[in-house]
Amino acid sequence: MPDLKELKKKVVESQLWRSMFRHDYLDTPRNRVLQIMANVWLHLHPPKIRRHAIKIRFTWCMGGITFLMFLVTVVTGVVLMFYYRPVGEYAYADMKYLEFDVPFGMIVRNMHRWAAHGMVITVWLHMFRVFMTGSYKPPREFNWVVGVVLLTLTLLLSFTGYLLPWDQLSIWAVTVGTNMARATPLLGSEGPFAQVVGVTPRYDARAFLLGGTIVGPPTLLRFYVLHCIFLPILASLLMIVHFWRIRKDGGISGPL
Amino acid sequence: MADEMIARSAQADRLIIEPEEAAATIWSRRDFFSFAGWAGILAALGVGGLAFGRFMFPRVLFEPAPVFKAGLPDEYPVGTVSERWKQEQRVWIVHDPDGFYALLAICTHLGCTPNWLNAENKFKCPCHGSGFRRTGVNFEGPAPRPLDRVKIALADDGQLLIDKSIQFRYERGDWSKPGAFLTLKA
Repeated sequence: MPDLKELKKKVVESQLWRSMFRHDYLDTPRNRVLQIMANVWLHLHPPKIRRHAIKIRFTWCMGGITFLMFLVTVVTGVVLMFYYRPVGEYAYADMKYLEFDVPFGMIVRNMHRWAAHGMVITVWLHMFRVFMTGSYKPPREFNWVVGVVLLTLTLLLSFTGYLLPWDQLSIWAVTVGTNMARATPLLGSEGPFAQVVGVTPRYDARAFLLGGTIVGPPTLLRFYVLHCIFLPILASLLMIVHFWRIRKDGGISGPL
Repeated sequence: MADEMIARSAQADRLIIEPEEAAATIWSRRDFFSFAGWAGILAALGVGGLAFGRFMFPRVLFEPAPVFKAGLPDEYPVGTVSERWKQEQRVWIVHDPDGFYALLAICTHLGCTPNWLNAENKFKCPCHGSGFRRTGVNFEGPAPRPLDRVKIALADDGQLLIDKSIQFRYERGDWSKPGAFLTLKA
Protein backbone atom coordinates (compact mmCIF):
# COMPACT_ATOMS: atom_id res chain seq x y z
CA MET A 1 0.00 0.00 0.00
CA PRO A 2 2.65 2.60 0.78
CA ASP A 3 3.98 1.71 -2.67
CA LEU A 4 0.85 3.25 -4.22
CA LYS A 5 1.45 6.59 -2.53
CA GLU A 6 5.05 6.46 -3.61
CA LEU A 7 3.94 5.68 -7.17
CA LYS A 8 1.46 8.54 -7.22
CA LYS A 9 4.13 10.91 -6.01
CA LYS A 10 6.47 9.65 -8.70
CA VAL A 11 3.86 10.11 -11.44
CA VAL A 12 2.71 13.53 -10.28
CA GLU A 13 6.26 14.76 -9.93
CA SER A 14 7.39 13.35 -13.26
CA GLN A 15 8.40 15.75 -15.98
CA LEU A 16 5.60 14.50 -18.27
CA TRP A 17 2.87 15.14 -15.69
CA ARG A 18 4.25 18.53 -14.72
CA SER A 19 4.34 19.61 -18.34
CA MET A 20 0.58 19.12 -18.59
CA PHE A 21 -0.68 19.93 -15.07
CA ARG A 22 1.47 22.72 -13.80
CA HIS A 23 -0.36 23.70 -10.64
CA ASP A 24 -1.63 21.80 -7.60
CA TYR A 25 -5.15 22.17 -6.37
CA LEU A 26 -4.41 24.80 -3.78
CA ASP A 27 -7.72 26.55 -3.11
CA THR A 28 -6.74 30.16 -3.60
CA PRO A 29 -8.27 32.32 -6.37
CA ARG A 30 -4.87 32.84 -7.98
CA ASN A 31 -4.04 29.16 -8.02
CA ARG A 32 -7.45 28.22 -9.38
CA VAL A 33 -6.95 30.55 -12.30
CA LEU A 34 -3.44 29.25 -12.92
CA GLN A 35 -4.57 25.64 -12.73
CA ILE A 36 -6.92 26.17 -15.69
CA MET A 37 -4.97 28.71 -17.71
CA ALA A 38 -1.66 26.84 -17.58
CA ASN A 39 -3.21 23.42 -18.18
CA VAL A 40 -2.77 21.97 -21.65
CA TRP A 41 -6.13 20.15 -21.53
CA LEU A 42 -8.32 22.71 -19.83
CA HIS A 43 -6.98 26.05 -21.03
CA LEU A 44 -10.02 26.56 -23.24
CA HIS A 45 -12.25 26.58 -20.15
CA PRO A 46 -12.97 29.69 -18.14
CA PRO A 47 -11.30 29.55 -14.71
CA LYS A 48 -14.51 30.73 -13.10
CA ILE A 49 -18.12 30.82 -14.21
CA ARG A 50 -21.08 32.61 -12.73
CA ARG A 51 -23.67 30.68 -10.78
CA HIS A 52 -26.45 31.32 -13.34
CA ALA A 53 -24.33 29.91 -16.14
CA ILE A 54 -24.62 26.35 -14.83
CA LYS A 55 -28.41 26.52 -14.58
CA ILE A 56 -29.77 24.01 -17.05
CA ARG A 57 -33.00 26.03 -17.25
CA PHE A 58 -31.09 28.95 -18.69
CA THR A 59 -28.69 27.37 -21.21
CA TRP A 60 -30.38 23.98 -21.76
CA CYS A 61 -26.72 22.99 -22.28
CA MET A 62 -27.61 23.01 -25.99
CA GLY A 63 -24.26 24.36 -27.19
CA GLY A 64 -22.46 21.76 -25.09
CA ILE A 65 -24.70 18.96 -26.36
CA THR A 66 -24.13 20.13 -29.93
CA PHE A 67 -20.39 19.94 -29.36
CA LEU A 68 -20.77 16.50 -27.81
CA MET A 69 -22.70 15.37 -30.90
CA PHE A 70 -19.90 16.74 -33.07
CA LEU A 71 -17.30 14.80 -31.09
CA VAL A 72 -19.36 11.61 -31.41
CA THR A 73 -19.59 12.02 -35.19
CA VAL A 74 -15.86 12.71 -35.43
CA VAL A 75 -14.88 9.61 -33.44
CA THR A 76 -17.40 7.26 -35.07
CA GLY A 77 -16.72 8.81 -38.48
CA VAL A 78 -13.03 8.04 -38.25
CA VAL A 79 -13.88 4.48 -37.17
CA LEU A 80 -16.19 4.08 -40.19
CA MET A 81 -13.40 5.27 -42.49
CA PHE A 82 -11.54 2.02 -41.81
CA TYR A 83 -14.13 0.16 -43.90
CA TYR A 84 -15.89 2.66 -46.15
CA ARG A 85 -14.53 3.27 -49.68
CA PRO A 86 -15.94 6.31 -51.53
CA VAL A 87 -15.97 4.52 -54.90
CA GLY A 88 -19.05 3.99 -57.03
CA GLU A 89 -18.67 0.21 -57.12
CA TYR A 90 -17.95 -0.23 -53.40
CA ALA A 91 -19.66 2.48 -51.38
CA TYR A 92 -23.12 0.92 -51.08
CA ALA A 93 -21.69 -2.55 -50.44
CA ASP A 94 -19.33 -1.20 -47.78
CA MET A 95 -22.23 0.52 -46.06
CA LYS A 96 -24.13 -2.80 -46.05
CA TYR A 97 -21.01 -4.62 -44.88
CA LEU A 98 -20.65 -2.23 -41.96
CA GLU A 99 -24.32 -2.53 -41.16
CA PHE A 100 -24.68 -6.32 -41.29
CA ASP A 101 -21.31 -8.00 -40.97
CA VAL A 102 -18.59 -5.95 -39.31
CA PRO A 103 -18.68 -6.55 -35.53
CA PHE A 104 -20.21 -3.50 -33.84
CA GLY A 105 -20.44 -1.92 -37.30
CA MET A 106 -24.16 -1.39 -36.97
CA ILE A 107 -23.88 0.51 -33.70
CA VAL A 108 -20.99 2.65 -34.94
CA ARG A 109 -22.80 3.56 -38.14
CA ASN A 110 -26.00 4.32 -36.27
CA MET A 111 -24.19 6.35 -33.64
CA HIS A 112 -22.73 8.42 -36.48
CA ARG A 113 -26.09 8.76 -38.15
CA TRP A 114 -28.11 9.62 -35.06
CA ALA A 115 -25.48 11.95 -33.63
CA ALA A 116 -25.52 13.77 -36.97
CA HIS A 117 -29.30 14.08 -36.91
CA GLY A 118 -29.11 15.09 -33.24
CA MET A 119 -26.52 17.75 -33.97
CA VAL A 120 -28.75 19.38 -36.58
CA ILE A 121 -31.62 19.46 -34.06
CA THR A 122 -29.59 20.68 -31.08
CA VAL A 123 -27.81 23.37 -33.07
CA TRP A 124 -31.21 24.85 -33.94
CA LEU A 125 -32.35 24.61 -30.32
CA HIS A 126 -29.11 26.27 -29.24
CA MET A 127 -29.79 29.10 -31.67
CA PHE A 128 -33.36 29.35 -30.37
CA ARG A 129 -32.17 29.57 -26.77
CA VAL A 130 -29.55 32.19 -27.60
CA PHE A 131 -32.19 34.21 -29.41
CA MET A 132 -34.83 33.93 -26.67
CA THR A 133 -32.38 34.92 -23.92
CA GLY A 134 -31.15 37.88 -25.98
CA SER A 135 -27.61 36.49 -25.84
CA TYR A 136 -26.93 37.68 -29.39
CA LYS A 137 -26.88 41.32 -28.27
CA PRO A 138 -23.64 43.32 -27.99
CA PRO A 139 -20.96 42.51 -27.00
CA ARG A 140 -21.89 39.02 -28.29
CA GLU A 141 -23.02 40.02 -31.79
CA PHE A 142 -19.82 38.78 -33.45
CA ASN A 143 -20.18 35.37 -31.83
CA TRP A 144 -23.74 35.16 -33.17
CA VAL A 145 -22.35 35.61 -36.67
CA VAL A 146 -19.76 32.89 -36.07
CA GLY A 147 -22.61 30.72 -34.85
CA VAL A 148 -24.63 31.30 -38.01
CA VAL A 149 -21.66 30.20 -40.12
CA LEU A 150 -21.30 27.12 -37.90
CA LEU A 151 -25.00 26.35 -38.43
CA THR A 152 -24.44 26.48 -42.20
CA LEU A 153 -21.42 24.20 -41.89
CA THR A 154 -23.47 21.76 -39.80
CA LEU A 155 -26.11 21.62 -42.53
CA LEU A 156 -23.43 21.18 -45.22
CA LEU A 157 -21.82 18.37 -43.23
CA SER A 158 -25.22 16.74 -42.97
CA PHE A 159 -25.88 17.18 -46.70
CA THR A 160 -22.50 15.84 -47.85
CA GLY A 161 -22.77 12.87 -45.47
CA TYR A 162 -26.22 12.08 -46.82
CA LEU A 163 -24.78 11.05 -50.21
CA LEU A 164 -22.24 8.59 -48.82
CA PRO A 165 -24.52 5.53 -48.33
CA TRP A 166 -24.88 5.75 -52.15
CA ASP A 167 -28.43 4.42 -52.28
CA GLN A 168 -31.40 5.71 -54.27
CA LEU A 169 -32.53 8.03 -51.50
CA SER A 170 -29.17 9.76 -51.20
CA ILE A 171 -28.52 10.01 -54.94
CA TRP A 172 -31.89 11.65 -55.60
CA ALA A 173 -31.65 13.90 -52.57
CA VAL A 174 -28.30 15.18 -53.83
CA THR A 175 -29.63 15.45 -57.39
CA VAL A 176 -32.38 17.71 -56.12
CA GLY A 177 -30.05 19.60 -53.76
CA THR A 178 -27.33 20.31 -56.29
CA ASN A 179 -29.84 21.26 -58.98
CA MET A 180 -30.44 24.38 -56.92
CA ALA A 181 -26.82 25.34 -57.63
CA ARG A 182 -27.84 25.80 -61.27
CA ALA A 183 -29.71 28.92 -60.16
CA THR A 184 -26.64 30.58 -58.58
CA PRO A 185 -26.24 34.13 -59.91
CA LEU A 186 -23.28 34.43 -62.31
CA LEU A 187 -21.96 30.92 -61.53
CA GLY A 188 -24.99 28.75 -62.32
CA SER A 189 -25.94 27.82 -65.86
CA GLU A 190 -29.60 28.70 -65.26
CA GLY A 191 -29.07 31.56 -62.84
CA PRO A 192 -29.20 35.31 -63.43
CA PHE A 193 -26.49 36.66 -65.78
CA ALA A 194 -25.50 33.14 -66.88
CA GLN A 195 -25.45 34.26 -70.52
CA VAL A 196 -23.29 37.28 -69.69
CA VAL A 197 -20.67 35.15 -67.94
CA GLY A 198 -21.05 32.33 -70.44
CA VAL A 199 -21.35 29.45 -67.99
CA THR A 200 -22.74 26.19 -69.39
CA PRO A 201 -24.07 23.10 -67.60
CA ARG A 202 -20.66 21.55 -68.25
CA TYR A 203 -18.75 24.40 -66.58
CA ASP A 204 -20.78 25.93 -63.77
CA ALA A 205 -21.24 25.84 -59.98
CA ARG A 206 -23.14 22.56 -60.12
CA ALA A 207 -20.50 20.84 -62.26
CA PHE A 208 -17.89 22.09 -59.78
CA LEU A 209 -19.73 20.31 -56.97
CA LEU A 210 -20.54 17.18 -58.94
CA GLY A 211 -17.33 16.71 -60.90
CA GLY A 212 -19.44 16.24 -64.04
CA THR A 213 -22.98 16.82 -65.20
CA ILE A 214 -24.68 13.99 -63.27
CA VAL A 215 -24.51 12.67 -59.72
CA GLY A 216 -21.94 9.95 -60.36
CA PRO A 217 -18.80 8.40 -58.83
CA PRO A 218 -16.84 11.70 -59.07
CA THR A 219 -19.58 13.34 -57.00
CA LEU A 220 -19.29 10.65 -54.34
CA LEU A 221 -15.55 11.23 -54.06
CA ARG A 222 -15.91 15.01 -53.91
CA PHE A 223 -18.57 14.88 -51.24
CA TYR A 224 -16.46 12.40 -49.26
CA VAL A 225 -13.46 14.76 -49.26
CA LEU A 226 -15.68 17.70 -48.30
CA HIS A 227 -17.37 15.63 -45.59
CA CYS A 228 -14.24 14.13 -44.01
CA ILE A 229 -11.58 16.82 -44.50
CA PHE A 230 -12.69 20.26 -45.60
CA LEU A 231 -15.88 20.88 -43.64
CA PRO A 232 -14.83 19.29 -40.29
CA ILE A 233 -11.57 21.28 -40.23
CA LEU A 234 -13.39 24.51 -41.06
CA ALA A 235 -16.05 23.78 -38.42
CA SER A 236 -13.39 22.93 -35.82
CA LEU A 237 -11.53 26.17 -36.41
CA LEU A 238 -14.72 28.20 -36.08
CA MET A 239 -15.73 26.26 -32.95
CA ILE A 240 -12.43 27.26 -31.34
CA VAL A 241 -13.22 30.89 -32.12
CA HIS A 242 -16.83 30.42 -30.96
CA PHE A 243 -15.85 29.02 -27.54
CA TRP A 244 -13.02 31.47 -27.05
CA ARG A 245 -15.30 34.42 -27.76
CA ILE A 246 -17.77 33.33 -25.09
CA ARG A 247 -15.03 34.01 -22.57
CA LYS A 248 -13.80 37.16 -24.24
CA ASP A 249 -17.34 38.58 -24.31
CA GLY A 250 -17.74 38.11 -20.57
CA GLY A 251 -18.86 34.51 -20.20
CA ILE A 252 -22.31 33.07 -20.67
CA SER A 253 -24.84 35.87 -20.69
CA GLY A 254 -26.81 36.60 -17.55
CA PRO A 255 -30.57 36.11 -17.07
CA LEU A 256 -32.76 38.81 -18.53
CA MET B 1 42.79 66.16 -36.51
CA ALA B 2 40.60 69.04 -37.50
CA ASP B 3 40.01 67.40 -40.87
CA GLU B 4 38.90 64.30 -39.07
CA MET B 5 36.46 66.31 -36.98
CA ILE B 6 35.03 67.93 -40.05
CA ALA B 7 34.70 64.61 -41.81
CA ARG B 8 32.96 63.13 -38.79
CA SER B 9 30.52 65.99 -38.45
CA ALA B 10 29.76 65.74 -42.15
CA GLN B 11 29.04 62.07 -41.66
CA ALA B 12 26.80 62.92 -38.73
CA ASP B 13 25.03 65.48 -40.85
CA ARG B 14 24.38 62.93 -43.54
CA LEU B 15 22.91 60.51 -40.99
CA ILE B 16 20.48 63.17 -39.90
CA ILE B 17 19.60 64.06 -43.47
CA GLU B 18 18.92 60.47 -44.51
CA PRO B 19 15.31 60.15 -43.25
CA GLU B 20 14.41 63.29 -45.20
CA GLU B 21 15.88 61.73 -48.30
CA ALA B 22 13.78 58.67 -47.67
CA ALA B 23 10.66 60.76 -47.33
CA ALA B 24 11.51 62.49 -50.59
CA THR B 25 11.16 59.24 -52.53
CA ILE B 26 7.74 57.65 -53.03
CA TRP B 27 8.68 54.34 -51.48
CA SER B 28 11.42 53.56 -49.04
CA ARG B 29 13.38 50.37 -49.64
CA ARG B 30 11.42 48.78 -46.80
CA ASP B 31 8.09 49.75 -48.32
CA PHE B 32 9.16 48.38 -51.67
CA PHE B 33 10.23 45.00 -50.35
CA SER B 34 7.17 44.76 -48.13
CA PHE B 35 4.94 45.47 -51.11
CA ALA B 36 6.88 43.08 -53.34
CA GLY B 37 6.65 40.35 -50.72
CA TRP B 38 2.89 40.68 -50.29
CA ALA B 39 2.36 40.98 -54.02
CA GLY B 40 4.32 37.75 -54.49
CA ILE B 41 2.27 35.92 -51.87
CA LEU B 42 -1.05 37.18 -53.28
CA ALA B 43 0.03 36.35 -56.83
CA ALA B 44 0.99 32.83 -55.78
CA LEU B 45 -2.35 32.36 -53.99
CA GLY B 46 -4.24 33.83 -56.95
CA VAL B 47 -2.53 31.64 -59.52
CA GLY B 48 -2.95 28.63 -57.24
CA GLY B 49 -6.64 29.44 -56.77
CA LEU B 50 -7.24 29.80 -60.49
CA ALA B 51 -5.37 26.58 -61.18
CA PHE B 52 -7.42 24.78 -58.54
CA GLY B 53 -10.61 26.15 -60.09
CA ARG B 54 -9.62 24.70 -63.44
CA PHE B 55 -8.36 21.50 -61.80
CA MET B 56 -11.89 20.77 -60.54
CA PHE B 57 -13.24 20.62 -64.13
CA PRO B 58 -11.69 17.56 -65.83
CA ARG B 59 -11.41 17.59 -69.62
CA VAL B 60 -12.83 14.10 -70.03
CA LEU B 61 -15.95 12.98 -68.19
CA PHE B 62 -16.61 9.28 -67.83
CA GLU B 63 -20.34 9.59 -68.26
CA PRO B 64 -22.70 7.50 -70.42
CA ALA B 65 -22.71 8.42 -74.12
CA PRO B 66 -25.60 10.75 -75.00
CA VAL B 67 -26.38 9.03 -78.32
CA PHE B 68 -28.26 5.75 -78.64
CA LYS B 69 -30.30 3.78 -81.15
CA ALA B 70 -33.87 3.15 -80.09
CA GLY B 71 -34.92 0.43 -82.54
CA LEU B 72 -37.13 0.62 -85.61
CA PRO B 73 -40.03 3.11 -85.80
CA ASP B 74 -42.46 0.22 -86.34
CA GLU B 75 -41.81 -0.95 -82.80
CA TYR B 76 -43.67 2.13 -81.49
CA PRO B 77 -47.45 2.00 -82.14
CA VAL B 78 -49.05 5.27 -83.17
CA GLY B 79 -50.58 7.19 -80.28
CA THR B 80 -48.40 5.76 -77.52
CA VAL B 81 -45.86 7.12 -75.07
CA SER B 82 -43.08 4.54 -74.75
CA GLU B 83 -41.32 4.10 -71.41
CA ARG B 84 -39.01 1.49 -72.95
CA TRP B 85 -35.87 3.68 -72.60
CA LYS B 86 -36.75 5.51 -69.42
CA GLN B 87 -34.82 3.27 -67.04
CA GLU B 88 -31.71 3.07 -69.20
CA GLN B 89 -31.61 6.45 -70.98
CA ARG B 90 -34.18 8.69 -69.25
CA VAL B 91 -36.01 9.31 -72.52
CA TRP B 92 -39.64 8.84 -73.54
CA ILE B 93 -40.41 8.29 -77.20
CA VAL B 94 -43.82 9.56 -78.23
CA HIS B 95 -45.38 8.45 -81.52
CA ASP B 96 -48.11 10.83 -82.61
CA PRO B 97 -50.11 10.45 -85.83
CA ASP B 98 -47.85 12.98 -87.59
CA GLY B 99 -44.51 11.75 -86.26
CA PHE B 100 -42.08 11.15 -83.42
CA TYR B 101 -40.60 13.24 -80.64
CA ALA B 102 -38.36 12.32 -77.73
CA LEU B 103 -38.82 13.86 -74.27
CA LEU B 104 -36.10 13.95 -71.65
CA ALA B 105 -37.38 12.29 -68.46
CA ILE B 106 -35.83 14.95 -66.21
CA CYS B 107 -38.27 17.11 -64.29
CA THR B 108 -37.56 20.78 -64.96
CA HIS B 109 -38.18 21.58 -61.30
CA LEU B 110 -35.30 19.82 -59.54
CA GLY B 111 -34.29 16.94 -61.78
CA CYS B 112 -36.28 13.92 -60.59
CA THR B 113 -37.67 11.33 -63.02
CA PRO B 114 -41.42 11.76 -63.63
CA ASN B 115 -43.77 8.86 -64.43
CA TRP B 116 -46.05 8.50 -67.45
CA LEU B 117 -49.63 8.02 -66.28
CA ASN B 118 -51.43 6.59 -69.28
CA ALA B 119 -54.92 6.74 -67.78
CA GLU B 120 -54.56 10.43 -66.99
CA ASN B 121 -52.63 11.17 -70.17
CA LYS B 122 -49.90 13.09 -68.32
CA PHE B 123 -46.39 12.91 -66.88
CA LYS B 124 -46.31 13.22 -63.11
CA CYS B 125 -43.21 13.82 -61.00
CA PRO B 126 -43.19 11.88 -57.70
CA CYS B 127 -40.89 14.34 -55.91
CA HIS B 128 -42.92 17.53 -55.76
CA GLY B 129 -45.97 16.81 -57.91
CA SER B 130 -45.15 18.61 -61.16
CA GLY B 131 -47.43 17.56 -64.03
CA PHE B 132 -46.74 17.72 -67.77
CA ARG B 133 -49.06 17.10 -70.68
CA ARG B 134 -48.31 14.51 -73.32
CA THR B 135 -46.54 17.19 -75.35
CA GLY B 136 -44.22 17.90 -72.43
CA VAL B 137 -45.78 21.25 -71.51
CA ASN B 138 -46.09 21.80 -67.75
CA PHE B 139 -49.54 22.52 -66.33
CA GLU B 140 -49.41 21.79 -62.57
CA GLY B 141 -46.98 21.78 -59.68
CA PRO B 142 -43.75 23.72 -59.23
CA ALA B 143 -42.04 22.96 -62.58
CA PRO B 144 -41.21 26.32 -64.17
CA ARG B 145 -41.06 25.22 -67.82
CA PRO B 146 -41.89 22.32 -70.18
CA LEU B 147 -39.81 19.17 -70.40
CA ASP B 148 -36.86 19.33 -72.81
CA ARG B 149 -37.10 17.51 -76.11
CA VAL B 150 -33.98 15.88 -77.50
CA LYS B 151 -32.83 15.30 -81.04
CA ILE B 152 -34.54 12.43 -82.82
CA ALA B 153 -33.53 11.28 -86.32
CA LEU B 154 -33.31 8.18 -88.46
CA ALA B 155 -30.02 6.29 -88.57
CA ASP B 156 -28.63 4.73 -91.74
CA ASP B 157 -29.96 1.32 -90.76
CA GLY B 158 -33.51 2.69 -90.37
CA GLN B 159 -33.46 2.79 -86.55
CA LEU B 160 -34.44 5.79 -84.49
CA LEU B 161 -31.35 7.72 -83.40
CA ILE B 162 -31.62 9.76 -80.19
CA ASP B 163 -29.02 12.38 -79.24
CA LYS B 164 -29.50 13.70 -75.71
CA SER B 165 -26.69 16.23 -76.04
CA ILE B 166 -28.87 18.30 -78.37
CA GLN B 167 -31.83 19.62 -76.44
CA PHE B 168 -34.80 21.66 -77.61
CA ARG B 169 -36.55 24.07 -75.25
CA TYR B 170 -40.16 25.03 -75.81
CA GLU B 171 -39.82 28.50 -74.27
CA ARG B 172 -37.00 29.35 -76.68
CA GLY B 173 -39.06 28.25 -79.65
CA ASP B 174 -36.80 25.26 -80.28
CA TRP B 175 -39.56 22.71 -80.75
CA SER B 176 -40.18 23.83 -84.32
CA LYS B 177 -36.52 23.39 -85.24
CA PRO B 178 -35.40 20.39 -87.32
CA GLY B 179 -34.46 17.45 -85.10
CA ALA B 180 -37.06 18.19 -82.44
CA PHE B 181 -39.68 16.30 -84.42
CA LEU B 182 -39.35 13.40 -86.82
CA THR B 183 -41.84 13.06 -89.63
CA LEU B 184 -41.70 9.76 -91.50
CA LYS B 185 -42.34 9.92 -95.21
CA ALA B 186 -45.10 7.47 -96.00
